[in-house]
Amino acid sequence: MTRNEDLLTGVILDETIELTVDELCRSCSTRRDTILSMVEEGILQPVNRTGVSWRFTGVSVKRAIKATKLHRDLELNLPGVALALDLMDEIDRLRARLAHISHQAGIDDS
Amino acid sequence: MQYKDYYKTLGVDKTATQDEIKKAYRRLARKYHPDVSKESDAEEQFKALGEAYEVLKDPEKRAAYDQLGSQWQAGQEFRPPPGWDAGFEFSGDDSSAFSDFFESLFGRAQSGSRGRSHGFDGKGRDHHARVLVDLEDAYAGTARQITLQAPYVDKSGHVRTRERTLNVRVPKGIMAGQQIRLAGQGDAGMGGGPAGDLYLEVEFRPHRMYRVEGRNVHVDVPVAPWELALGAKIRVPTPEGNIEMSVPPSSRPDEKLRLPGRGIPGKKKGDLYVTLRVVLPPADSEKSRQVYENMKREMDFNPRQGLGV
Repeated sequence: MTRNEDLLTGVILDETIELTVDELCRSCSTRRDTILSMVEEGILQPVNRTGVSWRFTGVSVKRAIKATKLHRDLELNLPGVALALDLMDEIDRLRARLAHISHQAGIDDS
Repeated sequence: MQYKDYYKTLGVDKTATQDEIKKAYRRLARKYHPDVSKESDAEEQFKALGEAYEVLKDPEKRAAYDQLGSQWQAGQEFRPPPGWDAGFEFSGDDSSAFSDFFESLFGRAQSGSRGRSHGFDGKGRDHHARVLVDLEDAYAGTARQITLQAPYVDKSGHVRTRERTLNVRVPKGIMAGQQIRLAGQGDAGMGGGPAGDLYLEVEFRPHRMYRVEGRNVHVDVPVAPWELALGAKIRVPTPEGNIEMSVPPSSRPDEKLRLPGRGIPGKKKGDLYVTLRVVLPPADSEKSRQVYENMKREMDFNPRQGLGV
C-alpha cells in the first residue's frame, strides 16, 4: 500500500491543457524556430491561429516530440516529417478499423 | 565490457566512405525507428544504430575507433589499451544512453549538454516511460511504480547512475496513448538549471472481454435465442461492475446496444457498446431435443429464404 503523501500527481496532456511556444520547446528540447516551422508545415496546430502569442493544447506535446525525433534521428526535413506523421496517423486509423472489422468477422489476427 | 563492432551494426565495410555510412544509417534508422517500426526489438536496435553512427559519422571518432585495431570481434571482452586516445579530442554529445564500451572510449556526456546545445542552460534530461494499466484503472484511477536510472556525480567527480523509484498517480479518466507529465521528475539540472520532466505514456493491457476505442468501450455479451426474441433483463459486465440491462423484444443477432456514460469517465464520458451474440443451447438431452422438435414442427421458418432456395 502506498502512502498518499508519496504519490506524485502529474498533468494529463490532453485538449484542456494549454502551452506557450516556449513550454512546447522545453518539452521536446527543440528551438523556437523549429516549432514555428512545424506550424508552417501543418505538423502542429496552435489553438489561436490569429493571436500574437500562439498557444498549443497538451496533445501537441506528443506530436512535437515525435516530430523532433523523426527530424533528428532520420535526418528528415520538416515536409518529410509532416508526410510521415500523416501517414502514421492514417496507418493507426486503418489498424484500428481492421481490428474492429476482424473482430466482427470473428477473425483472430493477434 | 564487450567490444562493439560499429561497422557490423551499420552493415558496412571498414573501408566505407562517409557517404556510404550515412546512407546505411538512414536506411536502417527508418527500419528500426521506434516511432515507425513494428519490430519487437526496435528500441534496442535503434539505440545500437545511433551509437554506431555517432562514432562513424565523425571522422575524428572514427579514426580513434579504427585505431583500436581490427582484431576485435563483436561481443569480445574489451579493455581499452592505455593511452589509446591520446591526440583526439571529442566534443560532448548526447551520449547519455550509450553503452559502457562507448563511454570508455569517448567519455560520458554531462547530463544536460543536449539541452544546452539547444539553448536551455543545464536543463536536466527528460525521461520518457510507458506504463501499462488495466482498463478498470481508467474508471477508478490507480498508482504505478516507475523506476528510473538517474545520473549523479560521486565524490571523485564521476558521473554514475542510481535507480530512483517513484509512485505515480494514474488518474481516473485516462485514455490509451495519453501522456502524463510530471514536472521536475526527470534528471537534476546542471549548474542551477531546472530539472528535466518525466513523461509517462499510458497503454491499456489487452483485455479478455473489452475493446477500447478512445473513451468508448465495447463488449460482446452472449444471449439465448429467446432473450433476443422475447426481450429480457440480463446482467452484463462493465469495467466498474455488473449492471442490469434490458434487451428489447425482437432484437437481432449481433445488434449493438449503447449504454450512455458507461465508457471511460471524463468531462465527455464515453459510452459502453454491448453487442448481443446469440448462443444456441445444445440439443444434448431428450428434453432439449423435444423443444427443437417442437420448433421445427410449429415454426414456419426458412433460414435460407434470402438465398432463394
